Amino acid sequence: MEAKLKMAGKTLVVRLEGELDHHVVDGLRSRIDEKITVGKAENVLFNFQAVDFMDSSGLGMVLGRYKAVKERGGQVLACSLRPAVYRVFELSGLFSRIPVYSSEQEALKHV
Amino acid sequence: MDNYMKLEIPGKSQNEAFARVTVAAFAAQADPTIDEISDVKTAVSEAVTNAIIHGYENGPGNICITASLTGRRLEITVVDYGVGIEDIEQARQPLFTSKPELERSGMGFTIMENFMDEFSVESKPGQGTTVRMVKIFDGPPERNKA
Repeated sequence: MEAKLKMAGKTLVVRLEGELDHHVVDGLRSRIDEKITVGKAENVLFNFQAVDFMDSSGLGMVLGRYKAVKERGGQVLACSLRPAVYRVFELSGLFSRIPVYSSEQEALKHV
Repeated sequence: MDNYMKLEIPGKSQNEAFARVTVAAFAAQADPTIDEISDVKTAVSEAVTNAIIHGYENGPGNICITASLTGRRLEITVVDYGVGIEDIEQARQPLFTSKPELERSGMGFTIMENFMDEFSVESKPGQGTTVRMVKIFDGPPERNKA
């Protein structure tokens, strides 16, 4: 799993690449949390374009960031879900909490 | 084309990807669709992750994974010899987790149940847990597609 983090205004954009499972979420979580607490990112946008696998560990990581960001008055967004990730989002009811857009550009219009 | 595999691995998180990819590669000989193979990978990943985090509580211990194919029916078992589950009904509830401090989503069993055609859990506290899952590949075989 690779992840490129960059700021777009007050939004942290997390471009994920590869497989999002329990083995990789711990390292990723601390990198993102540093940007939220130290870097003052208000919102987090997860770009799933290059993610071909996610299980419930990935789900837990996304939900955890949702809670952390919401407490600070920000929002979590997602974009570019491929079918395997879409199904896990759908089953867990994540769509009701996290708005999903077709592209990063489209998502950034809504922050 | 009946076939069988058995894999034993230590409960290390870097083996999660190895386990799901191995089972998926084995299952590929029954010509599953891309969605079907994706479901199998996710379910295996959930079972193996549960064994590591809950069964062995991130400590040492081995996990045995078997898979057998009977025609296009895939049966998988994932076995650990860890702490076991006190209350299986509670553990199966969507969003229930015994480890919220680890940001577990509580969706592991729900995903296995929904992504597979059959799913059962047997567990004895102090002795371990066996997850058994079946997937029937009834989609059109990939190789026969135009």
